[in-house]
Amino acid sequence: MSISVSNISKSYNKAKALDQISFDVKSGELFGLIGPDGAGKTTLFRILTTLLIQDEGQATVAGYDVFKDYKSIRSHVGYMPGRFSLYQDLTVEENLNFFATIFGTTIEENYDLIKDIYVQIEPFKDRRAGKLSGGMKQKLALCCALIHKPKVLFLDEPTTGVDPVSRKEFWEMLKRLQQKNITILVSTPYMDEAALCDRIALITDGKILQIDTPESIISYFPKKIYKVKTSNTYQLIQDLRVYPLTHSAYPFGEYLHFTSNTSDFKEEDLVSFLTVKNHMDIEVLKTEPTIEDTFMELSK
Amino acid sequence: MKRFIGFIKKEFYHIFRDRRSLFILFGMPIAQVLLFGFAITNEINNVDIAILDHSKDATTKEIINKIAASKYFSIKQFIDNEATIETAFKKGQIKAVLNFEKDFSKKLVIGKKATIQILTDATDPNTANTISNYSSSILKNYQQGINKNIELSYQIVPKTRLAYNPELKSVFMFVPGVMTVILMLVSAMMTSISITREKELGTMEILLVSPLKPFLVIIGKVVPYIFLSVINAVVIIVLSIFVFQMPVQGSMFLLGAESILFIINALSLGILISTIAATQQTAMMVSLMGLMLPVILLSGFIFPISSMPVVLQVISNIIPAKWFIIILKGIMLKGVGLAYLWKETLILLVMTSFFIGLSVKKYKIRLE
Amino acid sequence: MKKENAIQVENLTKMFGDFTAVNSISFEVGKGEVFGFLGANGAGKTTAMKMLIGILKPTSGSAQVAGFDIKSNVEDVKKSIGYMSQRFSLYNDLTIKENITFFGGIYGLKKSVIKEKTQILINELGLHNEANKLVGALPLGWKQKVAFSVSLLHNPQIIFLDEPTGGVDPITRRQFWEMIYREAHKGKTIFVTTHYMDEAEYCDRVSIMVEGRIEALNTPKNLKSHYKVDSMNQVFLKLARNIE
Repeated sequence: MSISVSNISKSYNKAKALDQISFDVKSGELFGLIGPDGAGKTTLFRILTTLLIQDEGQATVAGYDVFKDYKSIRSHVGYMPGRFSLYQDLTVEENLNFFATIFGTTIEENYDLIKDIYVQIEPFKDRRAGKLSGGMKQKLALCCALIHKPKVLFLDEPTTGVDPVSRKEFWEMLKRLQQKNITILVSTPYMDEAALCDRIALITDGKILQIDTPESIISYFPKKIYKVKTSNTYQLIQDLRVYPLTHSAYPFGEYLHFTSNTSDFKEEDLVSFLTVKNHMDIEVLKTEPTIEDTFMELSK
Repeated sequence: MKRFIGFIKKEFYHIFRDRRSLFILFGMPIAQVLLFGFAITNEINNVDIAILDHSKDATTKEIINKIAASKYFSIKQFIDNEATIETAFKKGQIKAVLNFEKDFSKKLVIGKKATIQILTDATDPNTANTISNYSSSILKNYQQGINKNIELSYQIVPKTRLAYNPELKSVFMFVPGVMTVILMLVSAMMTSISITREKELGTMEILLVSPLKPFLVIIGKVVPYIFLSVINAVVIIVLSIFVFQMPVQGSMFLLGAESILFIINALSLGILISTIAATQQTAMMVSLMGLMLPVILLSGFIFPISSMPVVLQVISNIIPAKWFIIILKGIMLKGVGLAYLWKETLILLVMTSFFIGLSVKKYKIRLE
Repeated sequence: MKKENAIQVENLTKMFGDFTAVNSISFEVGKGEVFGFLGANGAGKTTAMKMLIGILKPTSGSAQVAGFDIKSNVEDVKKSIGYMSQRFSLYNDLTIKENITFFGGIYGLKKSVIKEKTQILINELGLHNEANKLVGALPLGWKQKVAFSVSLLHNPQIIFLDEPTGGVDPITRRQFWEMIYREAHKGKTIFVTTHYMDEAEYCDRVSIMVEGRIEALNTPKNLKSHYKVDSMNQVFLKLARNIE
């Protein structure tokens, strides 16, 4: 096991940030910690990177205990905290050089590891980090975290606030890194990114809801789910709220995802109801739940 | 070792690329020294006074001429009666009035005693004091002059000599004080801001999760500021010597050594502040309020400690700046060596070790 | 019937030195529309928005917001709009009630009106237990919902939302959008930027900025059929990739 977490709890001022968290990450795995703000992701990361001490429980990273062997962990992990922590007034090259130096290595030594990523920002190597766009800062931060060839990489919300294109590119980079046998633990609030991980843990309010592969996790969704659409989305939401058979009705882009509170639900019943309510272009179709659906259902 | 050098390199980049810190580091010290040196003086020159001469005889005329001739006073008005004195003061036109009583010469020759009243505007008590002192000495001088050939029994003639600063140049007082304040500012405040900035930006987290030993991080932060403080100290001393003709009677070497001791003292205070401050703003506020203000008020820089209430005198003992100013004045103005200053130096050493010890203890190897 | 536009933009441009952040964009937003303003980081979205809400002066071009010119009538623009962003919305060290009182005061609302609106807001959001808690202690989702309500206090006709749901949990995100729909239903115009492409689908029309220009402007449905894809996410990817 590359990362092993066992019953970790942590409180701040009586508020429980983490409550009996347990999970394992295999060597070379791309593991996603999926949950919104305030779920406890950052606290967990800080414990695993030895920046905070847990109140209860144990954890090991690369075989070292996070409390007792913190010095060893600090030599073997790469860490990218939220907010792209780079030195804004140093250039791209200076930043990279700095991080290489404090880890006792050079840019050249592990260049092959970061090459794919670095070539994208290399044209800007003399530009101050503060003047880079969000996507480029992200790439630079990733390079700085990798420069010393860590065994385990911790990325805390690396794609937050970044546009979909940069996010997609970032995850493609992560996949390529995985092939170089680095264990990667990533946290993100974006449920669509979860599908790109080997395994994911859904976390909210300090508790883990479920752990599994993205494909299997949707099997935890307990009901049949339908996608519903009419010409008047706002009215649709209102009407579904008052529909007696509704268990949940949530907008998902174009469609609403609907679940019923009865086991013998028939699509036609809903169509009739909506017709009576004067909706046009009614569509009610069976569909597969997504990770987000699962998350929402489990977190209730 | 290489890691450490790499870290220091980065610190220098930060300092030189931030225009604000450059201004504080170099602009302010120079500005302060010049300001204090030239603008703020305790001396008096060309003070406007008025003469109220009830006698208008030869003696009073002689005395008045002597006063007019001195560079300290400038006779602005000749007034006729007491009533106008109040108005003149209120209008702020004059700072003092010399009031010669009637029949001055007669009274002096026959009764051997004539009175001159010195009235000063004491809304600025320091100046008022100085005015009455200066005018008294001019008068005493004159008195001695006319008494030269007369033998008086049992005279006690006070002969005052102002040691080390005969011209009472206020610059001599201010330069040590300013130097102390500047070093405190640069070392303590800038260091604490630099460390808390890392915390604020989040880069501190990355530094902690690296093999770089935590105490090396701190030392690395501090080294550039030692460097810059020394440069500042040198600049101030050079300015004092060449622009203000302030002497350095004692050993330059000792001056340098003591300065470095004080710099380290201030730096460790800066580190201490950074362990309790979460943001740069807090660090700056604590440095200004907690360090600067006490230093300016209680170190003997502007206000003499001995005139303060006992409570404050006791408190002033824990302010390192107080001891450093004594040391500076000792070396620069009195020319004494370690033999005389060992007590103050020892106190500074103990304080410095204490602050360093405390910072090391409080320094967190983790975020919490 | 000619619809009076809530926002009218003509050749709006902003340059910083010789870098063109916003390159002569033109578009209209009708009253009561939910308009999605999308684009990659650095595409110029934030700069454009800052000009429309009156906190940044354009280099050239013009825009009318709520009928007022953003260059000559900036104060009237500010009075007519509501604004909420991801990074700052409320004061963390004040309670919900104190925040409402403060912002209500800024917009010149009478004390009695503020009191009334506070009550309504707390009831609607179900925050009776939290009304006197510091905003900083609330979960992000609730903060954003309160912030949205606060931006409505002075009854603006147009509301600008800058990535209002970043990091918020999925359930609260949707509750937030229901609040947006409700306001749009009342006739308010909503101008929103977001990085959640599914939220783009909730909009009546969407524009996508790439490198300072508007490269697409249409309903989500039309954009998807034009690019022959199923989701706005894919529209975005195709558009950004095409240009690069």
